[in-house]
Amino acid sequence: MELPALSLADVQARLRAKEVSPAEVLRALDARIAQIDPLIHGYLSRDLDAALACAEKADVSLPLGGVPIAIKDVINVIGEPCTAASKILQGYRANYDATVIRKLRAAGAIPFGRCNLDEFAMGSSTENSAFGHTRNPWDTSRIPGGSSGGSAAVVAADEAFAALGSDTGGSIRQPAALCGIVGLKPTYGRVSRFGLIAFASSLDQIGPFTKTVRDSALMLNAIAGRDPQDSTSLDEPVPDHTALLGRDLRGVRLGMPREYFIEGLDPQVDAAVRAAVRHYESLSAEIVEVSLPNTGHAVGVYYIIATAEASANLARFDGVRYGHRAADAANLLDHYGRTREEGFGPEVKRRIILGTYVLSSGYYDAFYLRAQKVRTLIRRDFSAAFEKVDAIVCPTSPEVAFKAGDRSDDPLKMYLADIFTIATNLAGIPGLSIPCGFADVDGRKLPIGLQLLGKPFQESQLLQIAHAYEQSTDWHKARPTLG
Amino acid sequence: MSAKFDVRYTAQLARLHLSEEEIAKFQTQISQILAYVEKLEQVDVTGIEPTAHANAIFNVFREDAPRDWFTAEDALANAPRSANQLFIVPKVIE
Repeated sequence: MELPALSLADVQARLRAKEVSPAEVLRALDARIAQIDPLIHGYLSRDLDAALACAEKADVSLPLGGVPIAIKDVINVIGEPCTAASKILQGYRANYDATVIRKLRAAGAIPFGRCNLDEFAMGSSTENSAFGHTRNPWDTSRIPGGSSGGSAAVVAADEAFAALGSDTGGSIRQPAALCGIVGLKPTYGRVSRFGLIAFASSLDQIGPFTKTVRDSALMLNAIAGRDPQDSTSLDEPVPDHTALLGRDLRGVRLGMPREYFIEGLDPQVDAAVRAAVRHYESLSAEIVEVSLPNTGHAVGVYYIIATAEASANLARFDGVRYGHRAADAANLLDHYGRTREEGFGPEVKRRIILGTYVLSSGYYDAFYLRAQKVRTLIRRDFSAAFEKVDAIVCPTSPEVAFKAGDRSDDPLKMYLADIFTIATNLAGIPGLSIPCGFADVDGRKLPIGLQLLGKPFQESQLLQIAHAYEQSTDWHKARPTLG
Repeated sequence: MSAKFDVRYTAQLARLHLSEEEIAKFQTQISQILAYVEKLEQVDVTGIEPTAHANAIFNVFREDAPRDWFTAEDALANAPRSANQLFIVPKVIE
């Protein structure tokens, strides 16, 4: 097997055994990217020399020692660009490391490559990037999902062993599902967001894209934990997330939420997820029907809360401290107005306006406060369900990857792509997506994702449940044919 | 309620210039989104506390102690305009 096709754990084992050096791994990966990425456009930039300098000092005895990790271009890495796929940050260069990057380095990893995304992580297709679309490795006429579409696509195409993304309403799990890999959104507060460009601060969480569940656990081990520089990160003990992998599922209860098996769900997705549930029964898990009655309100609540928070967070792009600045402003208002007009793309503008409106005088109670109250009901739905079950099993996305351009002009239809992932962020619970089959569409195989949702800070058990499925099926071994 | 949505006024609040084309397009698109989110009016939220944040909230304090962080040069490194260790901003006093 060629080096880039290896899992994170396998390439690390070879590095540790000194069968291959960190520099050799980097060069092999760089060659793969040079060959494949023109078809995918998963990367916005990469700096091989900077990575090779890290490789020289890499300690391969560490858990991620010598392994290059791709980074969504919304997380700051010192000396590198961080564009958020927006023209407003073109030319910006980070002069500090995000906490997750500091932690990856401490675990021996080498940040390498900046992954494409929907501008400011706003979107579900990676078509909102100011620097060109990312394509799905399984069918390059289709979208990879979003907003972390670049991170998902490069892992699926063996252009990275693992990648970091961020998930505000499904931006890790949905692209992982559509690209046929593992994507984990940890519990809110599990991973520091210091150094992540903020979108919606009560929802954002950083997490890994990997080829296997074990790799996901290894990545979470490296990045989890309280950080004094993110006051929302919680002081919960960080267990070894690989500890439960391989345990059987006797006594584990999985809930099937009836509200997630609805009209509009692609029949091939429905069939694959139901087959996965039966497979879990064969692995001795007990399946229980549960109800999350407020599921239908999640998208509405999300697009009020997320846009409100975004309109405040994106106020920092004012053309003064960093980023684009309009030329020859007549006055201060003209300076702000034109700097932001020229710098932001259409979806970001749309969300800033929507968020500003729902927070504006006279509408705050009707929209924002009401949405926060319905959010409470959504959280209660999950708390009630988790009294009966250990985890919830459902589809990640109601559909497989759609054609590029299909709905780029219909924002509401695009928002509904996140219907099964959004409630997780509103409740703050962990969720992951693993491959559970393929749909046959126009003679192409398109991946289907199985979503598992867990109790707060129970990522270890979630990974155990995911691992049991993965190890008794072959879906994760399938790779797209490219080049 | 979305009948009162005025994209031009809201864009002013957001300090965001828009083209006439964007104004027309966003007026329609955002009105449609608002019509969708207005379905939340049907939910009974009597006596329900709002959730601002997914976890129980505590005040987070730390010692106000100096530490190494950005120098003035670091802070200004990405500034579109700077001089004499200062950010240059448009004139705000007439």
